[in-house]
Amino acid sequence: MGSPRYFYNVAGKMIPWFAVSFLLTLIAGIYYGLFVAPPDYQQGESYRIMYIHVPAAWMSMFIYMVMAVAGLISLVWRIKITEITIISSASVGASFTFLALVTGSLWGKPMWGAWWVWDARLTSELLLLFLYLGIIALYSAIEDKRVAARAISILALVGVVNIPIIHYSVEWWNTLHQTSSVTMTGKQAMSTSMLIPLLLMGISFKLYYGAVVLMRARAEVLERDRNTRWVRELVEGEMK
Amino acid sequence: MSTLSLTSAFTLLLKRDLVLAYRRRAELVNPLLFFVLVTAMFPLGIGNDPKLIQAVGPGVIWVAALLAALLSLDTMFRSDFDDGTLEQFMLSAHPISVLVLAKILAHWMITGLPLFIAAPLLAMMLNVPTDAIPTLMLTLVLGTPVLSLIGSVGVALTVGLRRGGVILSLLVLPLYVPVLIFATDAVKTSIVGIPTSAQISILAAMLIGSLVLAPLATAASLRISLS
Amino acid sequence: MSEFLDMGGYAMYVWPSYGLAFVILVANWVSPLLQRRRVLTDIARKLRREKREQK
Repeated sequence: MGSPRYFYNVAGKMIPWFAVSFLLTLIAGIYYGLFVAPPDYQQGESYRIMYIHVPAAWMSMFIYMVMAVAGLISLVWRIKITEITIISSASVGASFTFLALVTGSLWGKPMWGAWWVWDARLTSELLLLFLYLGIIALYSAIEDKRVAARAISILALVGVVNIPIIHYSVEWWNTLHQTSSVTMTGKQAMSTSMLIPLLLMGISFKLYYGAVVLMRARAEVLERDRNTRWVRELVEGEMK
Repeated sequence: MSTLSLTSAFTLLLKRDLVLAYRRRAELVNPLLFFVLVTAMFPLGIGNDPKLIQAVGPGVIWVAALLAALLSLDTMFRSDFDDGTLEQFMLSAHPISVLVLAKILAHWMITGLPLFIAAPLLAMMLNVPTDAIPTLMLTLVLGTPVLSLIGSVGVALTVGLRRGGVILSLLVLPLYVPVLIFATDAVKTSIVGIPTSAQISILAAMLIGSLVLAPLATAASLRISLS
Repeated sequence: MSEFLDMGGYAMYVWPSYGLAFVILVANWVSPLLQRRRVLTDIARKLRREKREQK
């Protein structure tokens, strides 16, 4: 099952399904989030940033966990496909982390009055971004891509072990130094009409990740197997 | 021929590294100089208001110690990698993580310990009250080995690269954040006179945790970078 | 319509967030496509060169 060619074809078939379901849930989520959900009694309309910020933050953690699991599998069983999924997920994960950071600070400005607040969540998210960038930098620095893939597997595992420690230490550091900050509406019980768009956006980002990681993995497989026979045939087929 | 027992291999490797470092004594002082220099920069940048400097003091000392450790990490495997002895270690019958632990311990003794000499002096320079200095020393004793242990994983991953330096700091600094937070917090609370057993015990836990896990990750990384 | 666009006075924060989200979603969608096309053209060029050398 693990052969790159088989993966290339199967992924090719799955991507359209991911893409369509992603678009549907995205449109539904944004429509619900912007038009149907009522304004927040405290924050008015600014809380609608939550529909981008929270799913992006979820994704930044989720993707790193996927990379760590893929790292473990590729170190133990040396399956080429799982090695490829790590680097294919890295740039999407970093982009979601960056998105979560920027939307977090855009939301923080009207709520806490400052662009950047050393809130525990924003700070851990910033450190998570550095972990992603470290993985991307290390992968691009090593020429031999098989060695690079196994190196970032170790880095992803070391990172995932440290994420709870980093988060805990930032929470500790933050509660001792941060004046009490208004907790995001997420903490208070959210009315269902506010919750539906959040779940829709969460699902649509996951589907988006599914599609993009497969697309990147296909490109990576082609690059890795560029000298093999099946890639030559594929290219010749497309050249005619 | 008699194969070396594990402990003698460990001590032999440790002694070898210390002797090698001793031969290049002049280089030993570099991390120390860097440590003092960086710490001296901050008051110049911040201004000489004593209260402000005291508030920033512990953080400055620890960030400087962090950067000094980071700077000296490269020497851990670099010379052995260049002349090929690193490959010989990988071939040895003994578990590589134990040999790597010897190298990490040697690196800590060469670069971590000198920081203790300068720390009290710098603490006074940043007018950290003298009764907080024992806590500062305790956090350095517990914290600097963690810096070498976690740093060794990053070095092992980047040892094969020509310009690994920048990437090394990107890989390692986020992992240093918990040590930085608890160490500076311990010193700050001790300045105010509150007992700091919580922070110290967390630092000790981090030390034991990384003492167990880091050599394994470093050995695996070395196997990969040298493959 | 303009009242909706105003977002209760928070337009300056809400729309950049959605705009950046759109940009990031599009960028991460397009870049693997470009990467795949670049790889395919590279391989195709190499194949053509090999065919020419065989003649």
